[in-house]
Formats: sequence, C-alpha cells, structure tokens
Amino acid sequence: MTPIRSVGRVALRLVRGIGAVAIFAAKGLGGLRPFPARALMIQLIQIGWLSLPVVGLTALFTGAALALQIHSGGERFQAGDVVPAIVAIGMVRELGPVLGGLMVAARVASSIAAEIGTMRVTEQIDALVTLSTDPVRWLVTPRLWAAILSLPVLVAVGDIIGIMGGWMVGTGSLGFNSVTYIANSWAYLEFWDVASGLIKGAVFGLIVATSGCWFGMHSSRGAAGVGRATTGAVVAAAVGILAANFALTGLFFK
Amino acid sequence: MITIHDLYKSFGTKQVLSGVDLQVEQGESLCVIGQSGTGKSVLLKCILGLTTPDRGRITWQGQPLDRKAFMAGFGMLFQGAALFDSMSVWQNVAFRLRQRMSDAKARNIALDKLARVGLDAGVADLMPAELSGGMAKRVGLARAIADDPSVIFFDEPTTGLDPIRARAINTLIRSIVTETGAMAITITHDMESVRAIGDRVALLQNGRIIHDGPVAEMDHATALADFLGGGVAK
Repeated sequence: MTPIRSVGRVALRLVRGIGAVAIFAAKGLGGLRPFPARALMIQLIQIGWLSLPVVGLTALFTGAALALQIHSGGERFQAGDVVPAIVAIGMVRELGPVLGGLMVAARVASSIAAEIGTMRVTEQIDALVTLSTDPVRWLVTPRLWAAILSLPVLVAVGDIIGIMGGWMVGTGSLGFNSVTYIANSWAYLEFWDVASGLIKGAVFGLIVATSGCWFGMHSSRGAAGVGRATTGAVVAAAVGILAANFALTGLFFK
Repeated sequence: MITIHDLYKSFGTKQVLSGVDLQVEQGESLCVIGQSGTGKSVLLKCILGLTTPDRGRITWQGQPLDRKAFMAGFGMLFQGAALFDSMSVWQNVAFRLRQRMSDAKARNIALDKLARVGLDAGVADLMPAELSGGMAKRVGLARAIADDPSVIFFDEPTTGLDPIRARAINTLIRSIVTETGAMAITITHDMESVRAIGDRVALLQNGRIIHDGPVAEMDHATALADFLGGGVAK
C-alpha cells in the first residue's frame, strides 16, 4: 500500500501545483483593469525588443546549419534541391518558435524571477500590499501580456532571419540560384505553417512569463532563495515549452 | 481601536502564535518586544493581512477588519525600508498618492513629507540604491506617513542602524506619532526604541503575550527583567 500511497501523494501534489500555477496565470491575465499601458510598454521593450538580437542570431545560425544538414542528407537520395522548402517549413513550424521560446526563456524567465524574487526577499511585495496595490496586477499582468504579445513577433522575425540564414548558405556555398531559392522557399509554405508557429509563440510567451513570475513570487529568503527561483524558472520554462510544443504539434498537424 | 483576540498561527508543526490577545487604542503607541523567532513579525503580518491566522479574531473599531478600508488608512515602515528600487525617492513616497492625484501635486506632498523626516528636496530624484541605510529608513518613514494614516506600523525601525542614527529615527518616530495622533504599533527588540517610542510595552514569549503594561513601569516588571536579563520568562 505504501508505494501506491506515495505515487498518489506525488500525483496529487503535481496536480495541485499545476492547478495553483494555472490559477495564478489566470489572475495575472485578468488584471487588465485599469489598463497598465506604461508598465506594458516597459515590459514589451524588456521582453520583446531586447530579446531581438539573441533570437535573431539563434535563428540565423539555425537556418544556416539546417540548410547544410538538409543538403548533405538530401544528397544521399538525390533530394538536395528541397533545401529551401524544408528550411522554410522547418523554421516556421518548429525551430523558429521552439528555439526562439527557449532563448527568451533563458533571457527573460531568469530576469523576471530574479527581479520579482529580489522584491519578495526585500519585502517590496509586502510593501505593495500595504500600499493597497495588488502585486499580481502590478507585477505579473504586464509581464504576462508583454510576453504573449512579443513572442509571436519575435518568432516571425526569427523565421525570416532563419530563412535568410538558409538562403545565405544555399546561395553562397551550395550553388543555389538566389531567385529560385526564395521562390522555392515561399512555394511550399502554407498559411497554417506560419500561423501555427505564431500561436506556439504566444503560448510559449505565456509559459516563460508565468514561470518567471511564479518562481519570483514564491522565492524563499536570501540570495540563495533568489538563485533557486531563477534556476527553477528557466528549467520550468524550458521543459514547459518543449512539452507544450509536442502537445501543440500533435493538435495542429495530426 | 484594534483588538486582537485569541490569535493562533502555525507553520507546519511549528506553533508560532498560541492565543495572542492585545488591544491598542487610538493615539496610543504600543511596542511589542520578544526574542528572535518568537513570532513578532508573524503577529504584525497577521494584522496587516499578509499572513492568514489559523484561528482568532482581529477587529478594527469594534468591527471585523475590512482589509481594504483598513489598508487605505495605515502606513508601514519595513525593517529594511522596502523601497521600490525601480522608482526614485519621491515616487516611492508618493506611490499611493499618484493613484489618485496628478504627479505634480503628489510630488509636492512627497517633498513636504521628506522635509518632515529631515531630508531636503535634493534627495527626491535619487534612486534608493544611492541612499545610506539611515536615509532609506527616513524615506520609508516619509512613505509611511505620506497619506496621513491613522495607524502606523513600525517593524524593527532601528535594526541595522548605528546608535546615533537609531536614536535619531526613534526621536523622529516619537515626534511624528505625537504630532499626528496616530496609533502606532512597533515590533522591536531594541529597548532604547521602546523607551523612546512606546506608551505601552507587550512581551511576546512562546507565542503568547506574557506582559502588557506601561513603558513607565517596565523597569519594575518581573517578566521584562527576565527578558532583559537574557533569561526565559516563566
């Protein structure tokens, strides 16, 4: 009986944890009245604009490497010509959103958790409560919405840069004609390929910001507590993105 | 008047508060003392609604505490000042005011309050990271009184300050409490603060109030003598 009880206890704790995080995220999403325009703008810059370089560079190198891999693998069965189409489809459906999400998770989830965690341990969050201000509405809502709005834009930019990376390698070292490469990239792309990637981006944005805010708000005392919150936020966001990617891919393309 | 009746709070198996009873009148300054870990801060957090008690009742003016209304009428000085480090000094002081008036008006009031705690307008645009510990406490105090509260809470107001700055903060708190007629509840283990700030002193030991009496008579209280001597009161 004891092992079964233990498994049950772990399962209950897991479900309770997921439920608590879901309620936390729902409260955060629902705090838009009054509309936090200034805070949202600041977070859009922090989460979206400042993530552009890292997401762009990641996409550039990924698109370039993908072109080399597909060309090298495709040559084995005389399919080297499919490089433009596969790079485009691979980037917009999968690599753009996933790698973009992971890079933002590394940069943003950690920074949100560290910032809010420091506020927690220095009693700034308690101070907000004593000043009649809801910390969730003040701190969580702008970050959640900024991440949800930023990620699809970052994914779109990353997709374009990734395809450009493939084009650079394709035309520079694989012998593709520039016009043909671009034409083939677009020819096989469908609306849903792009839309699914952007939807994934929005979901990953929610996961990244929720992880950062949750771990920050529940940070324990001291520098070690903030450190643990930061690590936990990045790990949870990364695992969450990969799990959600699998679920969404199944949902969109099965 | 705040009345705390039979308050219990535990964390896991650790019982922190075990039936706390206290009453504080308007205009009165109460100091709650006790050794580290006796639950002084937990008691304060229960009153502020930052922690939910397991059992017991807290009333304000004879009615069950309406947090929203109560929060609007009180100020709080945190142990580490708890200034928002993304905001300048005046924005910290005027945090609550800016929610209902223009920035220009709120800034003027903030400058008045900063002057009241002995800081000139030159610090208004500094960031909290640029302040010394004593200055941060003063800014925290200015924020606590910015909205002319009827109740002010002080959590370890002199912790981390040198004796001269601690004395200055104690004097400042006493004068503000006297001047405003606000009810003051101070959590401290600094007896200098108790003598300077308090009208009444309550000793929290093992989760219960074991002494509650006027500061003027505290030198004759056996329980306090044991506490001050470093022993555990019976």
